[in-house]
Amino acid sequence: MTKLLTGTAKYVSLVVAAVVTLLPLGLILFGSLKTSQEFLATGPLDPPENWFNFDNYVTAFNQGMGMAFVNTILVFVAAIVGTIFIGAATAYALDRFRFLGRGAVLKLFLLATLVPGVTTQVATFQIINGLGLYGSRWALILLFMGTDIVSIYIFVQFMRSIPRSLDEAAMIEGAGPVRIFLQIILPNLKPAIATVVIIKGIGIYNEFFLPFLYINDPDKLPISTALFKFMGPWGSQWELICAGVVITIIPILLLFLFLQRYIYNGFTSGATK
Amino acid sequence: MTTAPSGLTGPAAAAERDAVAPTTPRGRRGGGPAGRARKLTPYLFLLIPVGLLLLLTYVPVVNMFWYSFTDWDGLDKTKNLVGFDNYVEVFTDPDNVRVFLVSLYYVVGSFVQMALALYFATLLSFKVRFKNMWKGILFFPYLINGVAIGLIFLNFLKPGGGLDTVLMKAGLDGLIHQWTGDPDIANYTLASVSVWRYTGLTFVMFLGAIQSINSDIYEAAALDGATRWHEFWHIILPSIRPIVGLAFILGISGSLSVFEIPFVMTGGSNGTETFVIRTIWMAFQRNTVGLASAMAVVLLLFVLIVTWMQRKIVPEEEVDLT
Repeated sequence: MTKLLTGTAKYVSLVVAAVVTLLPLGLILFGSLKTSQEFLATGPLDPPENWFNFDNYVTAFNQGMGMAFVNTILVFVAAIVGTIFIGAATAYALDRFRFLGRGAVLKLFLLATLVPGVTTQVATFQIINGLGLYGSRWALILLFMGTDIVSIYIFVQFMRSIPRSLDEAAMIEGAGPVRIFLQIILPNLKPAIATVVIIKGIGIYNEFFLPFLYINDPDKLPISTALFKFMGPWGSQWELICAGVVITIIPILLLFLFLQRYIYNGFTSGATK
Repeated sequence: MTTAPSGLTGPAAAAERDAVAPTTPRGRRGGGPAGRARKLTPYLFLLIPVGLLLLLTYVPVVNMFWYSFTDWDGLDKTKNLVGFDNYVEVFTDPDNVRVFLVSLYYVVGSFVQMALALYFATLLSFKVRFKNMWKGILFFPYLINGVAIGLIFLNFLKPGGGLDTVLMKAGLDGLIHQWTGDPDIANYTLASVSVWRYTGLTFVMFLGAIQSINSDIYEAAALDGATRWHEFWHIILPSIRPIVGLAFILGISGSLSVFEIPFVMTGGSNGTETFVIRTIWMAFQRNTVGLASAMAVVLLLFVLIVTWMQRKIVPEEEVDLT
């Protein structure tokens, strides 16, 4: 009897959690498929009359959301490639070499994990501004590459599992350190790179604070600030805002459905370093 | 907890090993100079990473301390030293003090979030139907853009919106409020949205930790007649203590640096202004960079103190980098 009760309680709690999670999302989808009059006339829980009314999506896409995707991709690719090279180079130097100052460098990276990015932004802004990068996509790229301690951590952890005999064999064949790095280390770091691309990628895609501070040109806005700006002119047209929101969520939803397992793994290893 | 993700290592890594291009033997570059070059190698590899680390983390931290003792407006060539004036203002201006109190709503929220995450992680680490579906649903909100979440909930909570309609259908009309407009409850609303957003991450961290517990322990406990509750209290909770500790720091430092949800949903009005919103406003709208820096220094010190306390209370195994 108690078993039956706890069994029921278990599923009831899961269903309640699922409803709480999905209901706000579902209503956004409903709203995005309604016409303007329909949105005002029907209740939020009423499904749309025509499930294939994509007019709002077309409008949202043409009013900046499309351009925002292009901007996000530009920043995304440059920042990810940079992060991978920087993280892997750091891991290579720290794991494979013993040199004067190694301990100090390790401590610098360790200590930096304690400083949350939002706290120093007032001062970082002055540096980016001083470099003449305010308003440029390079500001975002530089900040995404430079302040990413978590991926350096993941690379350093992973480096140890790559056998040293591999680089020694290459060294005997006459390969220099750059060659070893590019041909032995980087290819063997692939699983770690996948983790970093996932965590970092989702982070860059969703980042709001940095583009909000550094990008003022409407043509350069990435997805999150574009969505934020989108709210302004369409403040009363919720069906359009709903479509903008769904457009932002779709890529992440697809990524999640295809890479579920890797995403979970990435976040457990990323969050716990 | 310090290993690379196991799911990613298997076949991909093996395939990669075969794919390593054969290195063509080349003539050695000579003896003496090569030795010196080898000594320089690590420095060359670290040049850019350490350069960026200094430029974008350490220089700003040092500058921020320096600015916090000046009356700088962000543009002026001269910065006048004002001693501790900015700090006095941080702790005496009621508008500044209020943002500390606003953080408390989110701190409480992060405890709720940890409790929920712990409950669902424990539940889903045992046999449950459609386990992956529940897991996916709970985790997914964490992947959604913060601005999108703000708009999703503005739509859901607006007068006559989804929540009000549900309450009306359930006959609970009395519970209907101006969810984000009423200063008495706006912070509860926003903290709840934060819980909605972050429970999934905490849940997945806890679940990962629980699943790495050796199953022999449960079997041994079952032989001794342990109930589920005993298992939770004596096996699961002690085993995942480091992760709970980590969630605790992330929760508190996260609560102190809340920005997106209140910024998108209320713009900081109705008493929902947070530390970061206020700092940004001071630095970039009011041009009081000195004062904003003092706010940021206080925020940073808070986070450091919390981290230090957590290390004392829950001694974590040292993060091993060497």
